[in-house]
Amino acid sequence: MTPRRKLMTRSLTSMLIGLAALWCLGTARAQEAPDVLVKNVTLEVVDIIAKDKEIKSGNRAKLIKVIDAKVLPHFNFSAMTALALGQNWNKATPEQKKRLTEEFRTLLVRTYASALAAYSEQKLEFRPLRAKPTDTDVTVQVRVLQAGAQPVPIDYAMEKTASGWKVYDVMVGGVSLVANYRTEFSNAIRESGIDGLIKNLSAKNRSLEAPEKK
Amino acid sequence: MSGYFAHALVALSALLASGCASLGGDDPRDPYEGWNRGVYRVNDKLDQYVARPVATGYRKVVPGEIRDRVRNFFGNIGDVFIGVNNFLQGKFADGFNDWVRVGFNTTVGILGIHDVATDMGYEKHDEDFGQTFGRWGMGPGPYLILPVLGSSNVRDGIGKGLDFYTDPINETDPWQAQWGLVTLRLVQTRADLLDASRILEEAALDRYVFQRDAYLQRRRSLVYDGHPPREKDPEDDTEKKADDKKPD
Repeated sequence: MTPRRKLMTRSLTSMLIGLAALWCLGTARAQEAPDVLVKNVTLEVVDIIAKDKEIKSGNRAKLIKVIDAKVLPHFNFSAMTALALGQNWNKATPEQKKRLTEEFRTLLVRTYASALAAYSEQKLEFRPLRAKPTDTDVTVQVRVLQAGAQPVPIDYAMEKTASGWKVYDVMVGGVSLVANYRTEFSNAIRESGIDGLIKNLSAKNRSLEAPEKK
Repeated sequence: MSGYFAHALVALSALLASGCASLGGDDPRDPYEGWNRGVYRVNDKLDQYVARPVATGYRKVVPGEIRDRVRNFFGNIGDVFIGVNNFLQGKFADGFNDWVRVGFNTTVGILGIHDVATDMGYEKHDEDFGQTFGRWGMGPGPYLILPVLGSSNVRDGIGKGLDFYTDPINETDPWQAQWGLVTLRLVQTRADLLDASRILEEAALDRYVFQRDAYLQRRRSLVYDGHPPREKDPEDDTEKKADDKKPD
């Protein structure tokens, strides 16, 4: 090997190693362990709320913006909507699916914002994940501690996807949010079809928006 | 004292029964939906005009620190029969834990107003006779909305009767003190639920259905201490997996 060639191979090797390292870092970020992800995101959001006077004094729109930016990327809303619709999901057109997912997301985000605003000052306990490294479907457990009462468990059902771990259901005190909408959705669909449910959801969302604009 | 309460319940039930027609529900878990919705409406008015305003006022006037003491005080009294129920369910370590809590909180915690046991690692549990019956294998039975008390089912309704019957506060003398304590506990409980009930209202399309399903899920989870076996629901997995193929 000529010295020149040697140098070239050397630099090529180091470049490859560098690239590999970068790539590893990238995946490590995307494939952050689900319990670590939940903890980091939760603590970050709680910290933002604690420091933001406007949010603390009840600026819901601003809180929703924070949730949009920090929390939403880690939720799989189309999976949540599909689960809540059950068999009706397959009967929906792609356009209906899109509308349903949008409206359901708006409703869930608003609910989540209200819960955060009410409980963000409670003590939280992040439980270690009980799962094998090869698992692709796990439950991450957080507990809300409050004086003189049993801790309230919040369980995040998460699934591993190409773009990292995504939440597809939240269980508060053993109540699955997705399962809880199932009867409501199927009742609405039986009464007035999928378009009726979409109308219902968007009317609900608008009615919740209204008082804030004042 | 509980006799008066029972009479009041019966009277109220009769009143309601005459008022509402039997709209047959089509949910197999809720065959008395018509009746239940009637009671729900009355309870809701009672809550809107009495319980919620009182609880809101209480929360405004009484500082959080004091409310913690009140919650702890009643929580400590509750721990006695939470322990009994854990023993009845064969969970002896848990029952022992509950009674150790009562021991420490009543003495070191000054009649229970400080929950020192939690800081010592003795965690509070949530048990009642309804859960004990469930643990013994009794199914929930039809969903039932009780006057004033709200969501329940046949099993938990019977359980609630026993909870009332064994309530240590019944032993309080004179009766004025007893009713004072019962009222304070109700107000404290409602005050603790103010945020949750508001969130529920925001989240639900049909509050009756949303609250019912949440209650049934919650109780099922409690009977199994947070680890209920998966319900046989063929929809559960197939739907989600089918959708996950899509990148989002």
